[in-house]
Amino acid sequence: MPAITEIPVALNKDEILRYSRHLIMPEVGMDGQQKLKAARVLCIGTGGLGSPLALYLAAAGVGTLGIVDFDVVDYTNLQRQIIHSTADVGRKKLDSAADKLTAINPFVNVQKFDMRLSSENALELFRDFDIIADGTDNFPTRYLVNDACVLTGKPNVYGSIFRFEGQASVFATKEGPCYRCLYPEPPPPGLVPSCAEGGVLGILPGLVGVMQATEVVKLILGIGDPLIGRLLLIDALGMKFRELKLRKNPDCPVCGAHPTVTKLIDYNEFCGIRGEEKSVSNGVPEIQVEDLKRRIDAKEDFVLLDVREPHEYQICNLGGKLIPLNDLPTRVNELDSSREIVVHCKMGGRSAKAVAFLQQAGFSKVKNLAGGITAWSERVDPTVPKY
Amino acid sequence: MSKIHIPTPLRQYTGKQSTVEVKAGSVAEAMNALVAVHPELKRHLYTDEGKLRAFVNLYVNDEDIRYLQKEATPLSDGDNISIVPSIAGGSAQSAVKRGI
Repeated sequence: MPAITEIPVALNKDEILRYSRHLIMPEVGMDGQQKLKAARVLCIGTGGLGSPLALYLAAAGVGTLGIVDFDVVDYTNLQRQIIHSTADVGRKKLDSAADKLTAINPFVNVQKFDMRLSSENALELFRDFDIIADGTDNFPTRYLVNDACVLTGKPNVYGSIFRFEGQASVFATKEGPCYRCLYPEPPPPGLVPSCAEGGVLGILPGLVGVMQATEVVKLILGIGDPLIGRLLLIDALGMKFRELKLRKNPDCPVCGAHPTVTKLIDYNEFCGIRGEEKSVSNGVPEIQVEDLKRRIDAKEDFVLLDVREPHEYQICNLGGKLIPLNDLPTRVNELDSSREIVVHCKMGGRSAKAVAFLQQAGFSKVKNLAGGITAWSERVDPTVPKY
Repeated sequence: MSKIHIPTPLRQYTGKQSTVEVKAGSVAEAMNALVAVHPELKRHLYTDEGKLRAFVNLYVNDEDIRYLQKEATPLSDGDNISIVPSIAGGSAQSAVKRGI
């Protein structure tokens, strides 16, 4: 159990009324509500998971709520990041989230940390909190949060989602396993699902984020059975919940008997994300959208190949021949290697892979459309919707 | 028969099936049978040296095979095998932003 600061905190008349449905339950009561008020919880991210998590923690009366984010609200967030509203598009997520949390419960001390969580700032930040709730969306930050939790001795209330599936657990308690006990290493970047396979049912982070909030409140109150040593698998389509046993790995590099990771490391490097991979072109020949427009207008002879998925083609297309990237190896015979081919996808990543594949297959006149259909929408034809 | 549960990210390699039934006496046999039917799964589950990838965990019922007899763990009729890869999503934003 985390050591919650034991500063005596009194509830005033307004707070007693506000929390009455907690106070009349013996499992919470005045003692429990005071523990909630004394508790300091840090939410990493105010996105899909962080939205419901922070909203419920504020409503429940967690006294100090830290939020960390560096992002700005955009339209595609609104489908699931319910702490932000349409009017907040373009605002800092931190400001938008803090407004909502304070509006729900002015008794909460909301602390904003406008930063990208890093190996340089994580330990110092975590020290001022009792519990860390991980609502991030990438492997480097997942491992960073885990290691910083182990090193500072703070429980890591974990939730993660992908499409229709979620995972939840409580890591890095004294007695329990940490995230590295479960997954010693991250997947190499190439095997991470691409944007074609990505996406998420907007309600799912709500479900998982509320589970995280529930675990945070249980840890603070010291009641029930926390998800320590258990991984909860959530399948929203089947609406099935399964539970797997997690064990503390005695050889864990961070929380094991003889740890080799004793300070925070470079997590981008650990996850195999090198600087140059942020550029999605990977060195294949490119064509800019303006040039493509000119060639279409001049009725030049070439094949436009779209390697996105059929459901993306339905959203918008440039009239190209559709062969999804994954199908390309089996359908490559549909393409004529003597003709020039311009390949595009949504943003240029998958099409760069397709170009590299076609080059290996003996195609010499293949180019990648830099920036994909998104760049086309931004720079050539704004009537093509962005998604 | 044993039932292998396929996680969402890998269902594209099993013709969208969420479970695959196999007849096998051990986890290794079950996984071999699975990748024999769905060969594309192999590179996602195993390294070039044939080792199970570090971000993929296998469970028999609710136990991690690393704490049983690893891939030699025997199977009984009706056992459930779960393939549980690590997922990182919190808002499904970053993969899209990186454009991968």
